[in-house]
Amino acid sequence: MKRKAFQTALPYVLPIGAGFLFLGASYGFLMHSKGFPLIYTMLMSCFIFAGSMEFVTVDLLLSAFHPVHAFFLALMVNARHLFYGLSMLDKYKNMGWKKFYLIYGMCDETFSINCTVTPPDDVDQGWFMFFVTLLDHIFWVSGAVLGGALGYLIHFDTQGIEFVMTALFVVMFVNQWEENQDHRPALIGVGCSLLCLLIFGSTNFILPAMGLILLCFTWRKSRLGREEKEQ
Amino acid sequence: MTAAQSILTILAVVLGTMLTRFLPFLIFPEGKTPPPFITYLGKVLPCAVIGLLVVYCLKDAVFTSLHGLPELLAIICVVILQKWKKNMLLSMVAGTVIYMILVQAVF
Repeated sequence: MKRKAFQTALPYVLPIGAGFLFLGASYGFLMHSKGFPLIYTMLMSCFIFAGSMEFVTVDLLLSAFHPVHAFFLALMVNARHLFYGLSMLDKYKNMGWKKFYLIYGMCDETFSINCTVTPPDDVDQGWFMFFVTLLDHIFWVSGAVLGGALGYLIHFDTQGIEFVMTALFVVMFVNQWEENQDHRPALIGVGCSLLCLLIFGSTNFILPAMGLILLCFTWRKSRLGREEKEQ
Repeated sequence: MTAAQSILTILAVVLGTMLTRFLPFLIFPEGKTPPPFITYLGKVLPCAVIGLLVVYCLKDAVFTSLHGLPELLAIICVVILQKWKKNMLLSMVAGTVIYMILVQAVF
């Protein structure tokens, strides 16, 4: 049963795994170039297991000690998981001990497979989703460790390598911009953040920016609600 | 940062991340439907947060003597490449290499 589920899961995971190896490796390489030992890279990729937040954490570790700030940043950056969770309430039901790991390892890519793919009838869905989660997790950690190890072998001037994080988010921004008809959410995100950056400065702008973004959406939602009632 | 402070920071990040993953299953145990405002946030928040993260990456560059000019040039390259080739790996590698050349050799 497990073997069959594994064989069904593998082809779905491979293309994502290739991407994870590269992205994980660039994270591991960045960690190395900023002077973190390999064990940090390994533990962070294994336990945080949320790509964007791991890149941001590199930056947090290099700034002043502020764990509350780090906690709220993680909450906000990963807020999308809340909605993945809401979509998976039914599918992850009655999974026994596997349920804990399925939720723990629910990154974007794992979610997108587990949410959309229904395995054939003769394949156990629980084990299928378990292997999707596990394989993605393994690819990511391997990539990160590989990148960190590569840092010991290859030596060149790494000044500017941290731009890989900016490039990652710009690519994600372009992708979501093209997928969505309504660009206002994206503009609200950029606009509120820029405004707060200019007012509060680079060390303190994140929390006010998050607050302002939530406020904008609360206001938009209540206005949308009223318009619907009037019609 | 000391090692203990680093570990505490990482733990705070792990806690924040895991809270976002486990919370829905704790609040809505079986069959309870979430309120419409939460569903609405689920649609719009991801786009806004990516915008926030782009600004986060540029937070220090804006206040330097160049006001983020090398960042801006590299970002333009990333956007053009991504729109043209739609290859995430290519856009990221090329953008990072261009940025590294800009800060190491040009500016």
